[in-house]
Amino acid sequence: MKFSEKWLREFVNPAIDSDTLVHQLTMAGLEVDDVTPACKEFDGLVIAEIISVSKHPDADKLQVCTVDCGEKDPLTIVCGAANARAGMRTVLARIGAQLPGKPKLEATTLKGVLSNGMLCSAAEIGLGDDHEGIIDLSGSETIGKPLNELIDINDNIIEISLTPNRGDCLSLKGIAREVAVFNQLEFGLPEIKPVEMKSTASRNVKSSVTSACPKYLGRVIENVDTSVKSPLWLSEKLRRSGLRSINVVVDITNFIMLELGQPMHAFDNDRLQGGIEVRFPKDKERIKLLDESEFDIKQNTLLITDESGPLAMAGLMGGYDSAVTTTSNNIFLESAFFSPDAIIGEARQYGLHTDSSHRFERGVDPALQSIAMERASALVLELCGGQAGPISESTSESELPKNNQVVLRQAQIKRVLGIDLDEKFVTDTFLKLGMDSKYNEKQWLVVPPSHRFDINIEVDLIEELARIFSYDAVPVSAPTHKLNINAPNTHYKTVQYFREVLINRDYHEVITYSFIDPKYTKLLNNNKSLVLANPIAPELSEMRSSLLPGLLNTLQYNIKRQQERIRIFETGLVFNDIDDLKQEPHVGGLIYGNINEKQWDKKNILCDFYDLKADVETIFYSMLRSERIEMKSSQSEMLHPGQAVDLLVDGNKIGHFGRLHPKICSSLGIGDNLYVFEFNIKNSLKQEKSRYAKISKYPSVKRDISILVDEKIPLTDIINCINNGATELLTNLELFDVYQGEGIEKEKKSLALGLTFQATSSTLMDEEVESIMAKVIDGLHNNFCAKLRE
Amino acid sequence: MNNTEKLQAQALSEIDSATDLSQLDQIRVDYLGKKGQLTQLLKQLGKLPAEERPEAGQVINLAKTVVQQAIESRKAVLEDEHLNEIIKAGRVDVTLPGRGNRRAGLHPITLTLQRIESLFQQIGFEIVEGPEVEDDYHNFEALNIPAHHPARAMHDTFYFPDGRLLRTHTSSVQIRIMQNDKPPFRFIAPGRVYRCDSDMTHTPMFHQVEGLIVDESVTFAELKGLLINFLEIFFEKELKIRFRPSYFPFTEPSAEVDIMGERGWLEVLGCGMVHPNVLKNVGVDPEKYTGLAFGMGVERLAMLYYGVDDLRMFFDNDLRFLKQFH
Repeated sequence: MKFSEKWLREFVNPAIDSDTLVHQLTMAGLEVDDVTPACKEFDGLVIAEIISVSKHPDADKLQVCTVDCGEKDPLTIVCGAANARAGMRTVLARIGAQLPGKPKLEATTLKGVLSNGMLCSAAEIGLGDDHEGIIDLSGSETIGKPLNELIDINDNIIEISLTPNRGDCLSLKGIAREVAVFNQLEFGLPEIKPVEMKSTASRNVKSSVTSACPKYLGRVIENVDTSVKSPLWLSEKLRRSGLRSINVVVDITNFIMLELGQPMHAFDNDRLQGGIEVRFPKDKERIKLLDESEFDIKQNTLLITDESGPLAMAGLMGGYDSAVTTTSNNIFLESAFFSPDAIIGEARQYGLHTDSSHRFERGVDPALQSIAMERASALVLELCGGQAGPISESTSESELPKNNQVVLRQAQIKRVLGIDLDEKFVTDTFLKLGMDSKYNEKQWLVVPPSHRFDINIEVDLIEELARIFSYDAVPVSAPTHKLNINAPNTHYKTVQYFREVLINRDYHEVITYSFIDPKYTKLLNNNKSLVLANPIAPELSEMRSSLLPGLLNTLQYNIKRQQERIRIFETGLVFNDIDDLKQEPHVGGLIYGNINEKQWDKKNILCDFYDLKADVETIFYSMLRSERIEMKSSQSEMLHPGQAVDLLVDGNKIGHFGRLHPKICSSLGIGDNLYVFEFNIKNSLKQEKSRYAKISKYPSVKRDISILVDEKIPLTDIINCINNGATELLTNLELFDVYQGEGIEKEKKSLALGLTFQATSSTLMDEEVESIMAKVIDGLHNNFCAKLRE
Repeated sequence: MNNTEKLQAQALSEIDSATDLSQLDQIRVDYLGKKGQLTQLLKQLGKLPAEERPEAGQVINLAKTVVQQAIESRKAVLEDEHLNEIIKAGRVDVTLPGRGNRRAGLHPITLTLQRIESLFQQIGFEIVEGPEVEDDYHNFEALNIPAHHPARAMHDTFYFPDGRLLRTHTSSVQIRIMQNDKPPFRFIAPGRVYRCDSDMTHTPMFHQVEGLIVDESVTFAELKGLLINFLEIFFEKELKIRFRPSYFPFTEPSAEVDIMGERGWLEVLGCGMVHPNVLKNVGVDPEKYTGLAFGMGVERLAMLYYGVDDLRMFFDNDLRFLKQFH
């Protein structure tokens, strides 16, 4: 909410400067977002009336005006505004005048005619952004009066952002009340007396939904001149509160809303038929609102209606057809209480948000309606003339919000805040806040005032006390707690383990959005994914069912920025919605480009499958016993069929790794030396504790063999075969060369293997080792036709 | 000059001109070895008359000693030279960079989260997690934010067609944890949260750490103490900090915490005493227990800590950005 500091000071004027006031507001919980000067400096501007207007002899777009500015002789002013007309009152900048951001005004000759000043638009004076024509003050201001006597230049516009619980501060009155409390002052409103009734014209009103609208007041005012312009004091107050001047009646209702917090509405009385009824919609009703938007009215929308049908959405916006215009003669003013529950959510349903609904949703003081009606009536009579009729009212007292008594036990203050507040401070504070309180037997019985919708339970009162006492004044202490050592969060530790290993293997961690472009889902043949109902953009509309899209997107982003070697990973939840929703933690990564950063003594070799595999092995073999891990050829459609591996832990597949399928690379427009991995880590792959095994003190025996086998035979088969032949005396088996090419038969490969034997209880004899080796070689020969090479 | 002297002179000259250790060793064998020339002379002593033997023996032994010493000192010189050559040959440009890959880095958000987590772990906070696709109950209802409450407008929520939503804060996790356990509670819930908002200062996804203590005597004064302590350790300096009244439906009293930055006050945290309705919703008796809760935006803290001036950098994942953090 925006307001003028000077306007606030009309109600309460503490002897503090603007900065202190702003700080006070913020520390009261009314956070000040912005403070700006209300207008720019100007001087030499006076109210003037245009006596006559004639066409400029030599310029189509200029007019020559004779202007009365309260002096003996009228002035000749050349003006380019299309709205200049005889009889109009406006603002004249005289010779020597100072307009904001301009040099001093001099007399100038425009196409041969001397202009002794300038007629000003609102924008030129710095009163808003309206530069369509000169400012129109018809009738209301005195000729010759300096503008800076009419409006206060030295003022600030203060913008506060109010939390939803403080609907009571959505008015100058509410803010003044708070300022008064913090400065030990009283705040004063202008005296509001019932206006004199000079007409009997009235219109029946009836609320048929007393729970939603327990109070509805209406009044007819006849013979109103709605064509007058709002006086400057009014339009300036509105402007400084962020509202535009619409017409004098609407300006008055807006003024009341800002001043007192009561949203009002004015109807053109001649466009109403019969009595007013507040009700819910009948079947298929439709309405065109003030802003010319049209809606089919939804159920539960509270309506203001007459015999012809809906006139307005209650508390939200008036209808187009019944609106007051500058030609209306008779008006019907509405001042009502709509309960927050009836209004909440209504505006949103229609994609609307108005100053009125904003206030009704948060709660308007139910004691305010007739005061607001009288204040508005008085202003209408003052500015537009006319005769006011009696107020028609439909009120259901029992449905109005009650201010229930809240009990505050003295001990609870210390229990919640950690300090004691003395009885006098508490009682005084309640009094200043307009709360009725009684202290008895170490507790207060408190009845909050009608404008406070946020005081319902004991802690609400404690918060008020802390707020007035000042949060900053509450002393500081350290929390105490029984000491105990928490068991570590296994999943959290696992994720940290993956991160640590991966960054040590030169993978950078990335964090990408959890919603992705659906094109990736298609491309990667992923499962049925979860789609947002209100995505922020189409390319961020689907929840990721794999980490790969985010990684690929990041890869492309960095390739475009001339990065040639990219190694990245991410951890986070992925989402699948096949039978029911699964959100499970994954870790995924990719490598692209050379094995190493460019280095001075190495050829720049592209990474390949085995570089990726080494990273995967490092992670899992230092985490789990090797027997629990299994790697199998994968059928994954997103991987290159010849370089794809599924990883299983305890027989369950947890993910895959390998080279990305070349067809995916080509549709992404990137090179195909791209290797990826992704694993589901939901089952808390807890790093196993290490176990000690005795180290044999007897010497080991090593035997190397080199065998020739068909190139299609996978190493695992050979290892299994050797393990079967050797006994547990085989303590280590290493592959130290794989060779194909010159000197080797086609479609064969040579494997060089080193076997280490060792016993735990004795020194091994050569004969024992030889006999095992013979079995091993036999096995390899029988199973794979392996030949020993010399 | 007799034979011994001749041999000695000859040996010394050979030693002098020896250029490597093996040559020198050969000289030693030639003169001093079992069959060496000087050794031979000693063996021939027996042929001399007995009275001449001691003197002649002395002369020969002296020569042996002289030769032995000469060999030793020459050996030292040669060894020195040899070592110098090895060293010379082994000189490299030590300013060339080391071989192989370096360590990469964690994302600055992860680094910031880890710092926050480790500080709270020091005083016994557990780390808990929860789902990101949430239901209305855990994200709103149980936190005292009924349907249509104006506070919901503060959360621009992402919805799914079936009514589920992406959590708008990690406060939803406190409901899940408290529902399933008994007080006292003391935990933080870090994680991703989502709001349907995107501009210079908002990204549709960001990170929060929610923290909670529920126990028999937790007060607002303790909340203040805890957060001032945390902020000063986190930012590694004394700070000007203020607590100002605010509003969250799930805490009462509620406060925003600002720290004084270079250009005025900066909001860094929201906090408050857990609302009795929230405690009731999870089956905790508000007459027996009170609670403190706080929530912080991790990006905001990371930006202040690292001096990052554009929020969106965190999710562009530009390697030139990521490589700045270790």
